[in-house]
Amino acid sequence: MITKDNYKESVKPYQGKPPLLKNCLKAFIVGGLICVIGQGLTYFYMYVFDFTEKQAGNPTVTTLILISALLTGFGVYDRLGSFAGAGAAVPVTGFANSITSAALEHKSEGILFGISTNMFKLAGSVIVFGTVSAYVVGLIRYTIQQLL
Amino acid sequence: MKQGKNSWKFTNGVYIDGNATVTGPKEAKGPLADTFDYSFDDLYCNEKTWEKAEQALLKKSIGLTLSKTNTRQDAVDLFISGDLLNQTISSSYVARDMDIPFFGVFGACSTSMETVAISSSFVDAGHCSKVVAGTSSHYSTAERQFRYPTEYGIQKPNTAHCTVTGAGSVLVQKEKAAIQVEGATIGKVIDYGVTDPLDMGSAMAPAAANTIVQHFKDFGRQPDDYDIILTGDLASVGTPILKKLTEQSGYDIEDVHQDCGLMIYHDSQKVNAGGSGCASSAVVTYGYIMQQMMDHKLDKVLVVATGALLSPTIVQQKESIPCIAHGVVIKRVKD
Repeated sequence: MITKDNYKESVKPYQGKPPLLKNCLKAFIVGGLICVIGQGLTYFYMYVFDFTEKQAGNPTVTTLILISALLTGFGVYDRLGSFAGAGAAVPVTGFANSITSAALEHKSEGILFGISTNMFKLAGSVIVFGTVSAYVVGLIRYTIQQLL
Repeated sequence: MKQGKNSWKFTNGVYIDGNATVTGPKEAKGPLADTFDYSFDDLYCNEKTWEKAEQALLKKSIGLTLSKTNTRQDAVDLFISGDLLNQTISSSYVARDMDIPFFGVFGACSTSMETVAISSSFVDAGHCSKVVAGTSSHYSTAERQFRYPTEYGIQKPNTAHCTVTGAGSVLVQKEKAAIQVEGATIGKVIDYGVTDPLDMGSAMAPAAANTIVQHFKDFGRQPDDYDIILTGDLASVGTPILKKLTEQSGYDIEDVHQDCGLMIYHDSQKVNAGGSGCASSAVVTYGYIMQQMMDHKLDKVLVVATGALLSPTIVQQKESIPCIAHGVVIKRVKD
């Protein structure tokens, strides 16, 4: 008997289970492929432009961001994200997609109140937590180094 | 006239004419494509913004309702319309270009039957002789207001819905026409504690069940008194829950129930649980269902449009989702 009190529990069978294994597999393959492309770009910058591995990092990330922004504009990245889930969201390309998609979405409200106000509305939390956790981790590392 | 506890019976003759439907491109690839009056082949509907696109859908639909019935704007006493957007801007901005007194209403995806019920009661009471009732929804305006930017790559769960891009309108009138509005059951706000905005089928099913059971009680009817009991957008998750809930109350609707959210798209169109939005019930009812009635294939239908009355802000504040469902009985006028 489904009642108001047991509703959330008793309707679970109707909601179906998310295909976790399938989703993980798709995320692994697509996320992995994005990283392979990144690695390829790093080698490209190292062997064609004579960058060191460390120097090649920045242009690699920039190129991935450019590719992701273009794919977002062409309406491809949302399909990739809906297929691959975390595989497309976690790499830097997902971060770029969240900014580009918000910017595109709010183009209709103008450059100031539309694009620039809203472009970080999804990425903002990543930036906040990224910065805060980097600070905390840095502080812990510094403290431990001083103690040792 | 009041009927039972929460219902009205329209005893003075209220009729529907000029049923019109307009959709976007995705709906035009669905199984009901042939039943729509017009489908835009571009999600922007030849406009510059999503919001204007939604207005274009509604405007086109109302234009069709008026032209189909050869009705001039000044012959219409009232325009009642609603949509999903903040301050119901789609309806108000369309009303701006019309020379007709206007009521804007909000009932989320239950707006289609909410507007028909209100229009019918005004006509039945003699306050108006012609009322245009309309509603619209657009995939991209809904995504942007309730969820994420349209180009944001996110994996939605199987319980999520796809907002129908479209608009529907009818002329509710005193003058006799092929379809009669017999009565309406007005829903109560029901909240069974569902908090997931990506699972509106589970959230809305109890509201639909409440209205349907109340309707049977108020009118002293049984499910088989109807050819179809049509819900708006419960889709694949809410539909079996609704059947179970009504069965528990002693009404088995298994054989007569259909859901617009499951009818409007093919399974292959990747819509997860199914369609939703104000246009889901509007374009299916004003299109397919009314055409079937005019072709003498259906006689009597109970349309129960279901709506989730949430906003992104209140859901983020961890509130659960209150829902509503309004039922309207439409029947074919025997020649």
